[in-house]
Amino acid sequence: MSNTSAKDDKFSRAPVSQRPMVVPTQEGGIGGQVSVTIDSVDVKVPLGTTILDAARSIGIRIPTLCYHEDLCIAGVCRVCVVEVEGQRTLQAACAYPITAPTKVKTHTRKVRQARRHIIDLLLSNHYGECYTCSRNNNCELQSLAKEYGVDFFRFGHPTEPRFEIDDSSHSVIRDMNKCVLCRRCVRTCIDMQEVGVLEAVYRGADTRICTFQDKPLADVICINCGQCINRCPTGALRANDPTDDVWAAIDDPTKHVIIQTAPSPRAAIGECFGLEPGVPLTFEMNTALKLCGFDRVFDTNFTADLTIIEEGVELLLRLKKALVDKDPSISLPQFTSCSPGWVKYIEHFYPEYLPNLSSAKSPQQMFGAVIKTYYAQMHNIDPKDIVCVALMPCSAKKFECNRPEMTSSGFKDIDYGLTSRELAKMISEAGIDLPKLHKSPFDDPFGTATGSGVIFGATGGVMEAALRSVIEIVTGIRVEEIFEHADIIPVRGFEGVKYAELKIEKVGPVPDLLKGLFTDFNWLLGATLKVGICHGTANAKKVMEDIKAGGKFSQCHFIEFMACPGGCLGGGGQPIPTSPAIREARARAIYAEDSAYTVRKSHENPDIVKIYTEFFKEGPCSHLSHHLLHTHYTPRGKYIAE
Amino acid sequence: MKAKNASKLTFSTITPNAGLTAAADKSRSDIIGEISASKMKGRGGAGFPTGTKWNLAAAARGNQKYVVCNADEGEPGTFKDRVILLDHADLVFEGMTIAGKAIGSSIGIVYLRGEYTYLVPHLEAILARRREEKLLGKSIMGRNGFDFDIHLHMGSGAYVCGEETALIESLEGHRGEPRNRPPYPVDTGYMGEPTIVNNVETFAWAACIMSKGADWFKAIGTDKSTGLKLFSVSGDCAYPGVYEFPMGITVRKLLESVGAADAKAVQIGGASGHCIPAPEFDRTIAYEDIATGGSIIVFGQGRDMLQIARNFMEFFVEESCGQCTPCRDGNVKLLEGIEMLEMGECSMSYLRELESLGETMQLASKCGLGQSSPNAFLSIVKNFKEEIMGRLP
Ligand SMILES: Cc1cc2nc3c(=O)[nH]c(=O)nc-3n(C[C@H](O)[C@H](O)[C@H](O)COP(=O)(O)O)c2cc1C
Ligand code: SF4
Ligand code: SF4
Ligand code: SF4
Ligand code: SF4
Ligand code: FES
Repeated sequence: MSNTSAKDDKFSRAPVSQRPMVVPTQEGGIGGQVSVTIDSVDVKVPLGTTILDAARSIGIRIPTLCYHEDLCIAGVCRVCVVEVEGQRTLQAACAYPITAPTKVKTHTRKVRQARRHIIDLLLSNHYGECYTCSRNNNCELQSLAKEYGVDFFRFGHPTEPRFEIDDSSHSVIRDMNKCVLCRRCVRTCIDMQEVGVLEAVYRGADTRICTFQDKPLADVICINCGQCINRCPTGALRANDPTDDVWAAIDDPTKHVIIQTAPSPRAAIGECFGLEPGVPLTFEMNTALKLCGFDRVFDTNFTADLTIIEEGVELLLRLKKALVDKDPSISLPQFTSCSPGWVKYIEHFYPEYLPNLSSAKSPQQMFGAVIKTYYAQMHNIDPKDIVCVALMPCSAKKFECNRPEMTSSGFKDIDYGLTSRELAKMISEAGIDLPKLHKSPFDDPFGTATGSGVIFGATGGVMEAALRSVIEIVTGIRVEEIFEHADIIPVRGFEGVKYAELKIEKVGPVPDLLKGLFTDFNWLLGATLKVGICHGTANAKKVMEDIKAGGKFSQCHFIEFMACPGGCLGGGGQPIPTSPAIREARARAIYAEDSAYTVRKSHENPDIVKIYTEFFKEGPCSHLSHHLLHTHYTPRGKYIAE
Repeated sequence: MKAKNASKLTFSTITPNAGLTAAADKSRSDIIGEISASKMKGRGGAGFPTGTKWNLAAAARGNQKYVVCNADEGEPGTFKDRVILLDHADLVFEGMTIAGKAIGSSIGIVYLRGEYTYLVPHLEAILARRREEKLLGKSIMGRNGFDFDIHLHMGSGAYVCGEETALIESLEGHRGEPRNRPPYPVDTGYMGEPTIVNNVETFAWAACIMSKGADWFKAIGTDKSTGLKLFSVSGDCAYPGVYEFPMGITVRKLLESVGAADAKAVQIGGASGHCIPAPEFDRTIAYEDIATGGSIIVFGQGRDMLQIARNFMEFFVEESCGQCTPCRDGNVKLLEGIEMLEMGECSMSYLRELESLGETMQLASKCGLGQSSPNAFLSIVKNFKEEIMGRLP
């Protein structure tokens, strides 16, 4: 028998039992096939396939609850039990690797009885009412109860809550009365995100999911990414929902209510209306937002382009100071700062690297600052009467807009962060059938966006956008001449950590926009630009540890970090469920939208050119842009004082 | 601190280190062959053939294999491992060393129940002496390449940590929760390496078998349950203590020997075992009939069976690791059922529902704890229905 150590991954902190299963295989059996009979259907599967996967491959559905495609196997809910010939007890299909010819029965009397009992037991501890629940109609417990014909509470049903709801966080609300102890959140937080805020504590019937010392979520090292919400099968975890406040602002005639929409929600919101993943509804959503009563609908892509300029120029400035001026105080590689989940992660886990973080604000926050200054002046609106709403795929954005430093316009730059799920609810509440709507454009003056802004939604997108602009600005060559159709394929794809290099063979004249900052780019001639990309904070940890150890990534110039798997399209505010296939479909929608744009490079966006001529007259990374478009960070550390 | 009856144990008659001497010059497969030939099954309760386990671990590929002695002894009513460690620790360490040679491991770990911390100085002294006598450490008995050492690791009081995969989690510093199986510890155990986990008594008998031969062991007991076994006898009997009997002994004969001939019932196998009523006293204690890790709790005529069931269920509600649904929530429902019975408020149909819930727990729980936790409840409900139904509050 072969043996691969389950401890191979030296960065992982998760207990072995909660890490990906290592299936022992027969000598030479790798790549071998094994036959299995499931409910009298014969099938051959690769050695080590679980019964669950084998059954799915032939269209037999075995119910699950603690199983999640993104996570390692827990095998704790026992809903998936099946009869395996020769085994005295029932076996969890999700956790049972087939290593020898096996006969399985998936719905015998014993199996049905066990599943029914397990669901009854879960309901006997489940305090909550479906009508008032954020997961009504999208709840795996509810579906199980329906499928297994639960018609009364065999083992009782609680009438009193046991736990107080923890609504301390701007991002994630925990209602442990609805928790079924599937531990998906625990596995998400430890394995996928390497944060480790949630853990099971106590034993037996006292078991519950707990934060460090039972502190409110706002007071622990939660990075607000909301990945746990997306994987919770019930309403025990939900986002902090501001829709009532947003409606109130819309209803208030003295308020000018603006919504900006990020690239990822449009690629996913259709899922909330019964569409297949990967059907973009960008322009239908614009119509819906107008129908809901928003005064202006803008595209976050505009400030994504602005971010690219500010962040790209910041990078060039850092490179020049380091390479030409030999200034030892310059921190490289520069890290992206547009993912607030990642920002909070580095503040907690690697505060010593905060100088590497780009000081550029995220597109969401730049938009708020621009709206309440430039736009307010342009349209003669008192900024105090402007309500800025941000439609985001993200729960961390809710925390970000509440950061005390995000008030450079003199007001809260962004008033509310709304998730894709919350907007879907508002749209339904307004009686709108989103997929059937006609299309409407974005409003001006920020109506022109570029493809570069759109791809911010996918992992590698920020890097691709930055490269498109940086390459052209520095070399004077059109990107299309280097990468066909300006698609920088090496930085695309869902691989956890990516690395790419690009040699600068030629430099061009300094564009007008940057004349105040650079006289020439000759100092970059012959240099090799090295970049890294990662998504999911477990991968971020790998990159950071590599940097600490002086590895390949410490030699990079620029690294893109996204807190969520797949990037923002897999964000904590996106429609539930999520899976690798769903995220891939969303990514396809995003890249398709990018190729449809005529302007695909941030620095070519005419509205960007205009804002630098009309408002940020001193150019990128200048005094005013620093005041409005840049920020600073808080070293938080892992140990938070009382 | 000599325990009662301990001097009568076969262990006292074994020449020290005769087994190890025999093993030192044997090949790995010969050692395993001898253990397999004895047909000994694990003394911790589950009854897995020891030779087979060692053979699987010997065949598994790994960088560093481990021999783990399960001295967590948490089953209510069991104390024979404590007695063995007190009086015959040398034999246990000898058995572990033999196992180390057999599977190709150089590291042994004794996972010692937290409550047995007072045994640590005693055990450490013996380990130190064995090192001095070249019975542990490098080149044992002067045999080049025969390296093995043993260290102690303290448990911290969770019954479930006696379950071998939870024990391994605990050894690694995690919350003591059973793992999914397969893969089994013989393949992926402590630190992801091939690991055998055996009971204290199993190692002691292994040393005896190497000394006296498989034939001697096999001749005792029944065909499917060979050899001698230690029993921890407690409860309503004249002579509680640790006893040694051949496997296959009838319940009646055992009860007579401990001065409990008129018992009302006897719990065999501790809280997770079965409650045997008087009419079934002719059944035998053997893997093929009533299996046990050695706990015998005698209930006299005056005992309230419902009270006994409550006692066991309270134990499981407390000790479930809380990981899987049937055990975590099922035990609570069974305990609530007992409370309803005490109040005379449990209908026949709800009792039937609880019995089938018990069956679900046996079938669908993740580990042996949940799979056996309803046993006591179910056997008491089955055998003492008249006594427990229709009570007045
Ligand atoms: C809940 C639970 C508790 C257990 N406690 C012990 C124990 O205290 N000591 C022990 O030797 N085995 C215990 N076992 C059995 C072990 O899992 C394992 O089968 C045994 O240590 C194997 O050794 P053996 O083959 O020598 O019997 C327990 C099993 C379960 C399910
Ligand atoms: S979590 Fe699910 S079952 Fe519970 S109240 Fe919400 S929708 Fe209903
Ligand atoms: S909070 Fe949700 S994901 Fe976490 S254990 Fe409870 S039900 Fe599962
Ligand atoms: S990756 Fe995107 S969705 Fe996730 S925390 Fe960052 S900004 Fe939010
Ligand atoms: S059966 Fe009980 S002790 Fe075993 S894993 Fe399940 S909850 Fe834990
Ligand atoms: S889905 Fe398999 S045990 Fe939960």
